[in-house]
Amino acid sequence: MSDATFSVQFAGPLVTVQDGGRPGNMRFGVAASGAMDPLAFAAANAALGNAPDVAAIEVSLGGLVLHCTGGAVTIALTGGDFIVNHADQKRTSWTTLTVRKGEKLSIRAGKAGSWAYLAFCGALQTEDWLNSQATHAPSGFGGGALHSGQTLKIADAELRDDRLGDIDRPDFISDGPIRVVTGPQDQHFASEALTRFLSDPFQVTDAYDRMGMRLKGPELHLNDALSIPSEPIIRGSVQVSGDGVPTVLFADHQTTGGYPKIASVISIDTGRLAQFRAGRMFGFSALTSGTAIEEVRRFTARKKRYLAKIAVARGTLEQRLMSENLIHGCIYE
Amino acid sequence: MHADFKAVADHALLVIFADSISPEAHAAVVALDKVMAANPPDGVIETVPALVNLLVSFDPVATDHDAIETAVRNRLKGLQTGRVAGVQRSVQICYEGEFAPDLDAVARATGLSTDAVINAHLAGDFQVLMYGFSPGYAYLSGVSGHIQVPRKPAPVRDVPAGSVVIAGPQCLVTTLTMPTGWSIIGRSPTRILTGDPSHPFLFDVGDRVTFERIDLAGFMRLSKQGDT
Repeated sequence: MSDATFSVQFAGPLVTVQDGGRPGNMRFGVAASGAMDPLAFAAANAALGNAPDVAAIEVSLGGLVLHCTGGAVTIALTGGDFIVNHADQKRTSWTTLTVRKGEKLSIRAGKAGSWAYLAFCGALQTEDWLNSQATHAPSGFGGGALHSGQTLKIADAELRDDRLGDIDRPDFISDGPIRVVTGPQDQHFASEALTRFLSDPFQVTDAYDRMGMRLKGPELHLNDALSIPSEPIIRGSVQVSGDGVPTVLFADHQTTGGYPKIASVISIDTGRLAQFRAGRMFGFSALTSGTAIEEVRRFTARKKRYLAKIAVARGTLEQRLMSENLIHGCIYE
Repeated sequence: MHADFKAVADHALLVIFADSISPEAHAAVVALDKVMAANPPDGVIETVPALVNLLVSFDPVATDHDAIETAVRNRLKGLQTGRVAGVQRSVQICYEGEFAPDLDAVARATGLSTDAVINAHLAGDFQVLMYGFSPGYAYLSGVSGHIQVPRKPAPVRDVPAGSVVIAGPQCLVTTLTMPTGWSIIGRSPTRILTGDPSHPFLFDVGDRVTFERIDLAGFMRLSKQGDT
């Protein structure tokens, strides 16, 4: 095994190194960070046979262009429907391919989705912080944001012909409303505000980054001017500012804050919401905390089976042709 | 000790001791936090102490809100919430020149001399209330009533890391270059983000903090040591 190197020819804003994140540090003001769409991130690693939380690159709508300057490595691309161009050939996302010295790989926004994941069969070499390479974008701590001219090194880069090809997309992601558990300050909102929150459509605005997503929709009035003592925030908290505008908090959220929270998005729906783009309309629906846990457990079991399935190497081209022949019972000359 | 409980999404429980800030409510938060750390219920990932409540974050595959609530109720029985014996930490501060751009304004607003403002700040009885806003931003209570000033109407940009800032009864030492609307009264060479992997943050919530005055030469010397 040897190293592969890439030169960053272009990196849009918020193209960052991410891994499984650094949970356990919220008490020190540090959000877990990690991928905005954890399932797509885990799928990219699984398709290469990597451990699920190995560092990868999260590509924003700004896009990324890499030039391979040394070695070769098999990579996986998942996430939104981004447009991938490899060695002058157009490819779809949710694929694995091998990039070799002299080749260019560009990943740019396609017709849907806000975040794509680029994982490597090898170890992406970056800074780490608190035992994680995940970038906390507001501070820049961790692996960091990519910038033009930078060199990326993949240690122990592998070529895996037996893993090339399209990656099955998960087929168990809900396409209904974004599910929340109401509260913890729902009782402070006018009853009409809670009703409208759960029945009216909201629109994603362009005030959206790794910290949070501001929404446009009905004003969510409080019963009275509420000043709550600053309290803990989670990824998925829906906080409402004084002007009645909701913001959903994401991977790099502040850990405490004084805005009341009308609801919290359940953990398995934050990644789905994160893939929405400015202009997208959607609705919220409420679950009890007990139902939310049932849904999360069901999703987690399916996710585990799905990742295990895509982690199985499909064999080399020769092996695949052999198995096709056996299945279909005919011989190709 | 009475507490209210609120489910937060599928993976956290908020334990609420009061609706408004009081030393008693915060003491209860810190006491419960320490008991949870010493004897964590199954499935707990982390606890986050704040001003009047504690967030208990858990793995929803391993446990649920009811089980965590029961575990917290058991730990609240007979919980001693007297003055928390937090570790005493010291933070060096230089109040000179460009490090203290708002010292004169605080003096004018409070009718004190700048020396009196400095002495009142040094005399504060500081305790770490919670972290928030950004990594390592530790909110300290205990600014003397004589020098409590409101936040500025608009934040000032690019305030350097290490700035010691005050607003109302609270004080903090910034860890990143950031905008702030708080009054900047000094600069500290003491690293809140220590860079030590075994103890990456200087304070725990509940710790006591004393500020120690240093001069510019002392600041330069300590800053250099911190860089090596």
